[in-house]
Amino acid sequence: MDEFTTPERTALAETVREFTQRHITAELPQWEAEGRIPVKLHRLAGEAGLAGLSYPEAVGGSGGDLVDTTIMIEEMLGAGASGGLIAGLFTQGIATPHVIDEAQRRRDRGETQAADYLEDNYIRPVMAGDMIASLGVTEPDGGSDVSGLRTRAQSDPEDPDTLIVNGAKTFITSAIRADYVTTAVRTGGPGAAGVSLLVIPTAAPGFTVARELDKMGWRCSDTAELAFVDVRVPRLNLLGAEQGFASLARHFAVERLTLAVTGYATAQRCLDLTIEYARNRETFGKPLISRQVIRHDLVEMHRQIDVARTYTRDVVLAHARGEEVMTRALIAKQTAVDTCSYVVDRAVQIHGGAGYMKDSEVERHYRDSRILGIGGGANEVMTDLASKLLGY
Amino acid sequence: MKIAVCVKQVPDTWAEKKLSDSDKTLDRESVDGVMNELDEYAVEEALLIKEANDGEVVAVSMGPDKAEETVRKALQMGADSGIHIVDDSLAGSDSVATAKTLAATLKDQGYDLIIFGSESTDARMSVVPAMVAELLDLPQLTFASKVSVDGDAVTIQRQADYGYDEVQASTPAVISVVEKINEPRYPSFKGIMAAKKKPLESVAAPSGEPVGLASARTEILEFAERPPKAAGVKIEDDGTGGVKVADFLAEQKLI
Repeated sequence: MDEFTTPERTALAETVREFTQRHITAELPQWEAEGRIPVKLHRLAGEAGLAGLSYPEAVGGSGGDLVDTTIMIEEMLGAGASGGLIAGLFTQGIATPHVIDEAQRRRDRGETQAADYLEDNYIRPVMAGDMIASLGVTEPDGGSDVSGLRTRAQSDPEDPDTLIVNGAKTFITSAIRADYVTTAVRTGGPGAAGVSLLVIPTAAPGFTVARELDKMGWRCSDTAELAFVDVRVPRLNLLGAEQGFASLARHFAVERLTLAVTGYATAQRCLDLTIEYARNRETFGKPLISRQVIRHDLVEMHRQIDVARTYTRDVVLAHARGEEVMTRALIAKQTAVDTCSYVVDRAVQIHGGAGYMKDSEVERHYRDSRILGIGGGANEVMTDLASKLLGY
Repeated sequence: MKIAVCVKQVPDTWAEKKLSDSDKTLDRESVDGVMNELDEYAVEEALLIKEANDGEVVAVSMGPDKAEETVRKALQMGADSGIHIVDDSLAGSDSVATAKTLAATLKDQGYDLIIFGSESTDARMSVVPAMVAELLDLPQLTFASKVSVDGDAVTIQRQADYGYDEVQASTPAVISVVEKINEPRYPSFKGIMAAKKKPLESVAAPSGEPVGLASARTEILEFAERPPKAAGVKIEDDGTGGVKVADFLAEQKLI
């Protein structure tokens, strides 16, 4: 028994598998076609304690940690879910930690009412699956450059308790369905130091989904371009003045690690499907798996997955122990992304023509996984950051 | 309302099952144990009755050390407490000894309902619920596809070939449920964590009754491995394929 196979985590794995088989796999093709995950799935995830799995019980979460999240992602993918499904169902993973942190800072300062305001309106409903949260950072001409963002929030000269937001965001996951977008806005001067995070309710006048974006993969997960025109937001929704970049950076490690888990778990699912296919598919009178070239391919896929999983899980455990894992998270993401790219390609290749067909699961993973080296920090940005952290 | 739900740990349905050479009983150590699937329906029914009527649900299991996992699973699903009857002397017990042990443990504890799954996927005898009812001198409402409780009256729909019979009794009573009576819940993460703190008592076999392999009234004289799958029969369809398939199935006594 290790940290990943305690009786409770074994039970969690079973629950996640059951949840996925009961509520997701049969309907996923339809959601892929519709470009949406139904709101009811968020409620079911809330009831199962998965929507708030790794958040404190004090704010309505389940009290687990990143090890539990890792098990959840592994099992969901293993049972036939997809990276897009996970991105769309658990967008709060990148949107809500900033709100939880600010609520805690307010509590530490004795501002109980202001803390309760965030907790009651923007945290507990998300943990229960009654509300969908989203994170808006990237801008139409910005990409990975957070420090250059131009969406601005300014005080209303006539009402100091209100901020007025103008600007645009793009590639925003779950924003079409979201109830709020934790938005990176400029409240101060130029550069990273002038950036704050602001909770913008999507029902606020002036907030519009400018465009629904059509994607190569992650098709069940909705993605939007957003426009903000004189959107009035209570100042209470500001998650610390000019603390935005620090807050984003603090949570990058977790985002990268969950993407790393998505990478190797997707690869594992593709390997499982490919082994089954190679056993059942006969060519020239013999099962495909009887060919040495195929068996060696499968071993190479297995080798890369095992290494990526072992390294990533090790970093996850270090994070759960409270260690600083910034550099290791970068390495885990790169390793798992490379593994996933390699494995999905080989999976489609071994499936042959069948793997190129829309109704084969590996075809979907092939398209879905392309985002992993772009989102949550592009490969090139990761490498550059690693070189700085390592002092090269 | 105080409800006991009896759960059994059985080998994983998909696992290769083996009898041990020494005593010709099921080798439970070498395979993963899971809660008997029909018992999941029993737990769900107990929880539904509790939720509608208030009260408590006690999960009871008889089995070796690792059967505790199955009691724990019932607690994760929502049962309030658990009793694990674990005793070396119980190894190899037949259905009569099992029923006597369960009855002695459940007797005089104030249970209004004692709920079972209608059979286990390993032994498939389907007799323990009826035996326990007989030993405790309680009415038996077996093979229920629907249960409704109204005060101290319990009504079930008893599954039958021709449809169902409606059977009623007053509490206390013994119920066994069939598949599809409900959709068993999976434990929520909170349920999983809460189960760690719920009382789970290990008790020894009640004394006085002969139990275990030596007292079993049935005995396995010999057993053999299932023969490897033989080549099938190929039927060429020359227009009479359907008839030939039907003849084959009739020959195998399948239709």
